[in-house]
Amino acid sequence: MVNKLMDIERYGREGRVEEEYKPPTVEAFKEKEHLRSWMGDVHARDQFALYRGDKVGVFWNNKSNPPENVVDRAHWTQLFVQWSPKGTFLASVHPQGVQLWGGASFSKQRQFPHPFVQLVEFSPNENYLTTWSARPIQVEEGSQSSLSYEEDGKNIIVWDITTGKPLRSFVSYDLTAGASAEGEPKKKVQWPAFKWSSDEKYVARMLQGQSISIYELPRMNLLGKTSVKIDGVMDFEWSPATVAREGVKQYEQLLCFWTPEIGSSPARVGLMSVPSKEIVRTRNLFNVSDVKLHWQSQGTYVCVKVDRHSKSKKSMATNLEIFRVKEKGVPVEVVDSLKDTVINFSWEPNGGRFVVITTGEAAQGAAVAPKTSVAFFAPEKKGPSAGNFKLVRVVDKKNSNAIYWSPKGRFVVVATVHSQSSYDIDFWDMDFEGEKAEGEKDLAANLQLMKTVEHYGVTDVDWDPTGRYVVTSASSWTHSMENGWTLHTFAGQTLAEHPTDKFKQFLWRPRPATLLSKEEQKQVRKNLREYSKEFDEEDRYAVDIANTAVVETRKRVLSEWTAWLRQQKELLSEDKEVYGLPEDVDEPKMAKDAPPATEDKGEAVVEEIVEEIVEEHEEIIG
Amino acid sequence: MRPILLSGHERSLNQIKFNRDGDLLFSVAKDKIVCAWWSANGERLGTYAGHQGAIWTVDVSPNTVLLATGSADNTVRLWNVKTGECVKVWDFPTAVKRVEFSPDGTKLLAVTEKRMGFLGTIAVLDINYGDGQGNFEPQAEEPSLRITCTESKATVAGWGYMGKYIIAGHEDGSVSQYDAKTGDQLENVQAHEFDLQINDIQFSPDRTYFITASKDKTAKLLSTRNLAILKTYPSDTPLNSATITPKKDYVILGGGQAAMDVTTTSARQGKFEARFYHKVFEDEIGRVRGHFGPLNTVAVHPAGTAYASGGEDGYVRVHHFDKSYFDFMYEVEREQMRR
Repeated sequence: MVNKLMDIERYGREGRVEEEYKPPTVEAFKEKEHLRSWMGDVHARDQFALYRGDKVGVFWNNKSNPPENVVDRAHWTQLFVQWSPKGTFLASVHPQGVQLWGGASFSKQRQFPHPFVQLVEFSPNENYLTTWSARPIQVEEGSQSSLSYEEDGKNIIVWDITTGKPLRSFVSYDLTAGASAEGEPKKKVQWPAFKWSSDEKYVARMLQGQSISIYELPRMNLLGKTSVKIDGVMDFEWSPATVAREGVKQYEQLLCFWTPEIGSSPARVGLMSVPSKEIVRTRNLFNVSDVKLHWQSQGTYVCVKVDRHSKSKKSMATNLEIFRVKEKGVPVEVVDSLKDTVINFSWEPNGGRFVVITTGEAAQGAAVAPKTSVAFFAPEKKGPSAGNFKLVRVVDKKNSNAIYWSPKGRFVVVATVHSQSSYDIDFWDMDFEGEKAEGEKDLAANLQLMKTVEHYGVTDVDWDPTGRYVVTSASSWTHSMENGWTLHTFAGQTLAEHPTDKFKQFLWRPRPATLLSKEEQKQVRKNLREYSKEFDEEDRYAVDIANTAVVETRKRVLSEWTAWLRQQKELLSEDKEVYGLPEDVDEPKMAKDAPPATEDKGEAVVEEIVEEIVEEHEEIIG
Repeated sequence: MRPILLSGHERSLNQIKFNRDGDLLFSVAKDKIVCAWWSANGERLGTYAGHQGAIWTVDVSPNTVLLATGSADNTVRLWNVKTGECVKVWDFPTAVKRVEFSPDGTKLLAVTEKRMGFLGTIAVLDINYGDGQGNFEPQAEEPSLRITCTESKATVAGWGYMGKYIIAGHEDGSVSQYDAKTGDQLENVQAHEFDLQINDIQFSPDRTYFITASKDKTAKLLSTRNLAILKTYPSDTPLNSATITPKKDYVILGGGQAAMDVTTTSARQGKFEARFYHKVFEDEIGRVRGHFGPLNTVAVHPAGTAYASGGEDGYVRVHHFDKSYFDFMYEVEREQMRR
């Protein structure tokens, strides 16, 4: 526990210390709820949070059956909800700050009183939290909150989740940079403003065009007391995993950054090792319009997507420069077979394959967006290490714009989201267990389209953390048409549709990393058939039970209804007797000119005779 | 199930009604004209002209001798069904949103709008069926009963069994039970979501229960005797109308995005459908497409052999049920039949 110097002023100022010593009251020990209780579900189901209308609820996924409610609270959040990266906490966002909830009953866990907070970001291991508000914090004297004068005028606070105290606060760059010129679109907030290294040892922030500041945790001191000056730096990304480069013994975290062309010097992509701040690999690029950095989840590769313009700046093309980080000297492979610009790129998690979506240039003044192509890439099979990346297949004339890999790899969903006219969702298998095309023999992939479904107005696609289910949803934050969510299997079979009024957010609860060792996981995979037999049996049994239950309820409901009808009939004739009314009191009163009461004629048959003139002749005889 | 399309109206439909025999169908729309149709083939029998404003409501007397209509021109008119003559005009201070004959045909209720300082009322008029020679004089000038809705105006109303109760649905989503003799309010139940109005009430053949259709996207089955909610039928769109089918245990709901919200709605099919639910099990069992606007009114043939729907699109569609409609049965129902 660290006490800040200011605390002396805060607690020790005159008048704030009582004359007589009073022993502090020690509160009785209260057992806390287990923060990972949901992992103990017998059926290994997953939870999800659902935000619709003013209500936020947490539910168990029950496949095609209605989800089972855990908690459902009105006005649980003001802006949105967010799970922590390992699923321990659910964060709700209020004008008073961020509240974390957890445990089996979702009780209050921590509070972070950042007034008018708008954005929240967890560190990868859930130890720290970054909050941002456009309004600078105003600290009032003598307030009881955990904010001190240090936080006055700041926009960003980095919190320690364990203590609930702020570690350090910052003014956001975007706001101090001054108002942008008239007519220019308002600059978007750079978020996350602070990017975490995978082990949370470092957190870094970039001042665009100038430098990257790296802070060390847990003290939040600037690494080496200075920021790293990088002229023109546009963006950077930490490796999402701690990488061991070949021939490098000491501990390091890697980050990748890029700078544009300045004057006559070329654009540059660099790989920096932290804490040494040494640049271990660079690559020069020309005719660069934009660059996006994509790390593979294990840090094995980093793909630099380079949008290049021709000399005349009239046509655009994209190169993919793939750094093989773990190989000696970090060789770079260039994929330049793409003629169009790449609008989306995604690595297979824990794998070496990727999917890109390309599009031609939009025709001037065209009302419809140009068609897109989806291209699948896989490395060649070549000895122990992965070979060169080769195109597996291109699917043309699509409208797709988004790629969602299963968190376990192999399966990938390619969808058209946020579109007014197209909403198809394709479920692909990269390792189809069937005949392989002759031309793809040498590739580590066998591509197969499993299913295409449509979900009108789809805005989001979310894989559950186990890669078993996919939820597609249409949020009222984007449009108000047919909001709701639909549950599919990984193979695209639709299990349940849930049209939901004012639906806003669907969030699967993330799971912490598995505790099984590599060997144990292998064992499980080997015996999968045995296990699945057991589970299939269980499923069948559950279906049987459910069916019987449905039949039983229906029987009960029907007999209740017939009993109710009978009772009403009796009451009705009783009433008629009491009022001295004839049994046929509700029959039509016979008016004098009405036809006499007739016996039940049965069904009347209406006969229609339709005459049609087929042809008309006029002949003059004579 | 091939529908018969009745295209006699120029504007959106407001209400349609079968007569008790089911051979005739009456329809009213915003275009000031009442149409009468043969339900079997959709041929138009005739029209009743005279109203000066949109016609909100229509009902035919149980013996199919008189027809009553209520209109935005602040009148209730009584017509000779056979000749098309207007027999009587009652003037009200505001528009008339709903008329209904009592089960025995001796009374007519009229729901009047709340406007310009006038509170919403339910007026009861005594009906005289005349001398049988086509002479319906004289009709009572003044209502025999007037119920004033001080809390929330009534939007729809109907008669309970034996004409004992008047049941009204309100703008605030509640349902009231009134004594039809004294006009006293006996019960009031917040059956639907607060402040989402009830758009239709239709009764079962013996009038011991009824169905309500509300803007809150649900229809509910209530007991006439004590307003207990028996069943709930949830849907995904505001409901304008609901009816209970005789012969088979179904209910038919009609709705769709309100006309004023249509510009913000996709024209996609899916909302402008008649929805069939099982009355007892509350499951949706089918939908019938066809209209290209919201369904404003649905009605079922008294023998349960056909139904008709009237839409914002200006069309009435009459459907005669197929054999499969009558054959469909839940396993438990079949079991009960066998027993």
